[in-house]
Amino acid sequence: MIFAIIRTAMVSLRRDRAALALSFILPIAFFSIFAVIFGGRRNSVPKITVIVVDEDRSHTSQRLVQGLAREGSLVIRTRPASKNKDTQPPEYTAATAEAAVKAGDAPVALIVPRGFGENPISFRGGQDRPTIQLLNDKSDMVAWQMVAGLLQKVAMTSMPDVMAEQGSKYADRFVGGFTREQRKRMDDGLEQLRQHEDAGTPTEENAASDGPSSGGIIAVKARAVVGENKNNPMVSFYAAAIGVMFLLFTTSGAAGSLLDEADSGTLERVLSSRVTMTTLLTGKLAFSTLLAFSQLVLMFVWAWAVFQLDFLHHIPGFVVMGVCTSFAVGAFGMLLASICRTRAQLGALSTLVILIMSSVGGSMFPRFLMPDAMQKAGLLTINAWAIDGFTKVFWRDEPVSHLWPQVLVLLAIGVVLFVIARRIARRWEYV
Amino acid sequence: MRAPAGSISSSIPPLQIEALVKRFGQVTAVDGITLELRNGECLGLLGPNGAGKSTLIRSIVGRVIPNAGRVAVFGSTANSAAARAALGWVPQELALYPRLTCKENLEAFGRYHGLAGSGLQQAVAWCLDWSSLQDRAGELAKNLSGGMRRRLNMAAGIIHRPRLVLMDEPTVGVDPQSRNRIFEMIEKLHGEGTAIIYTTHYMEEAERLCDRIAIVDRGRIIALGTNEELVENTFASRSQILARFTSPDGGVSAWVEHRGGRLVDSTAEFTVERPTEIAGLLDDAARAGLEVIDVSLRRPNLESVFLHLTGRGLRE
Repeated sequence: MIFAIIRTAMVSLRRDRAALALSFILPIAFFSIFAVIFGGRRNSVPKITVIVVDEDRSHTSQRLVQGLAREGSLVIRTRPASKNKDTQPPEYTAATAEAAVKAGDAPVALIVPRGFGENPISFRGGQDRPTIQLLNDKSDMVAWQMVAGLLQKVAMTSMPDVMAEQGSKYADRFVGGFTREQRKRMDDGLEQLRQHEDAGTPTEENAASDGPSSGGIIAVKARAVVGENKNNPMVSFYAAAIGVMFLLFTTSGAAGSLLDEADSGTLERVLSSRVTMTTLLTGKLAFSTLLAFSQLVLMFVWAWAVFQLDFLHHIPGFVVMGVCTSFAVGAFGMLLASICRTRAQLGALSTLVILIMSSVGGSMFPRFLMPDAMQKAGLLTINAWAIDGFTKVFWRDEPVSHLWPQVLVLLAIGVVLFVIARRIARRWEYV
Repeated sequence: MRAPAGSISSSIPPLQIEALVKRFGQVTAVDGITLELRNGECLGLLGPNGAGKSTLIRSIVGRVIPNAGRVAVFGSTANSAAARAALGWVPQELALYPRLTCKENLEAFGRYHGLAGSGLQQAVAWCLDWSSLQDRAGELAKNLSGGMRRRLNMAAGIIHRPRLVLMDEPTVGVDPQSRNRIFEMIEKLHGEGTAIIYTTHYMEEAERLCDRIAIVDRGRIIALGTNEELVENTFASRSQILARFTSPDGGVSAWVEHRGGRLVDSTAEFTVERPTEIAGLLDDAARAGLEVIDVSLRRPNLESVFLHLTGRGLRE
């Protein structure tokens, strides 16, 4: 008897492709995505991009920068990426580096000040040492702390001669100085050390890094240039990230009314009136867009009321991003509904596609913490473009005019998906 | 109340179908049908399942693109704006919005047909009255009884007051009281001069409601005329003898077949030229050792015509 029940259930499951996909494909897909995100593969360990501005340009500061460049977990940029092969853009300055962090080009910028080489390190933590500035984006709490720690480590491993020289200065100051003979030996030794260091230090030695040390030998002052006045750094991110994911579910569900109407015969009746398929789909897309926008408004107003999100000062940007995002997710819902034959199919397919899109597109885990390849893959999703746009508005306080890439891409996605949905919907029009 | 039907002239037949052909792969669903509907006429469309009725109806609505032939609604090509305005369709399915009330459903379909403002409200009021749903106007469609939903389904098909209405089995699954109410609705519509095409599997409905009847089989119209004409053309002056026997076993079956009759649900049917042939038939049965329980003589009806022309074999 039990065998008969198992057999019946198995046959039913085998013939329900949607349930099969949810049972077996979705877990595998999810596992693979998160395995890649969290560095399950060695060649995809995420690196932190650091903009470095060497205002000092001394031998010591250059050694420090070279040492940082040898760190396997950092990508050092001294100038913006070149847009054409012939000309090279100018090196970053403190101002352009700060602007770049604000624009989200890198999570951290490191400014080595003038005079750093004259008095680079201190064993006392006193006021006499020059301070390196670490400009950071507050939304990425990991990056700048990691860079700060690596900075101390690089000072120890890449500039042993500087440390020794500084030590001798302390000896001069507090012990009463060396004899002429001792001074000569000290200088000879330091020269040999410099020559050795200039010859290069194996990268592998530097790759093994301890965590950041507090009260290090290099004075570092971290300053958030993005989100410095924000109460809760991740609220705006998650309002957008979670919002977009649920918009996708909402609009695919709303578009499913098309399948209900096809099933009940209402669709045929409607199409026998003055309403054409294009009119019908446009109407449904408009409804889905309105529904999604209302949902976004509710989400952000809630974030404002409960989590102190600064909503009121960002309304124009919110409206622009909200409308574009709602339009794109509305068209996405129409496409899914036009592809599927039944509500059950739609439920399974939308769950599968939306969860994958949301995980890759950053709705579940911030994209800036993902490996490069995953970050690029995320750009194929509506989630990523929408979240990037909302982040520009609420996190980076960028003006509406800066939203044009996200606006263009989301509108283009919406139009393309709607056109495809319209073509597929021809199957309901005529036999 | 009747909405204007645009520039459509009443002298043009409501429906003209010429040599219509529709194939689905190797299957020819409609095979060269030619038909003309007269003004104010109610035409019954009868046929076994799979005969091509639905494809024919959908061709008229413009939902099916024919391989050959032409369909014109008041002279306008099917699916044109003028044809859509002049045509009302009551599908067999309950094609309604279940979460909308009766009034909201009618308003929605009215707007889809281009009605607005007071014109829409008048049309909704007329439809609620016509379908006897005034006191249910605020009820959700999904909460209505089967008969009420059928009536609302019909009302939604004529909200724009078309001059030609296609009704596809509008009485499926309703009780006798609701069916009778639906008949009255159709008769009222018919009485106002609306041309109707009415498909059904119930012969008595076609006999009661339709001026002419077309029997469709294998994609063709195999008979067309009034009820009386169909009977006359099929059976002329012949009558039918119905007889039941005590033990309708294989012997009865063989005898009935030998006498040129048919055994249907334990009842033998014979078509005879003259009623007096009944005596000879009974003598022959007695000689064959068959004991008759009862015997009756009847004039053939529409069902007789239908079964005679389409056969008794199952089609599905």
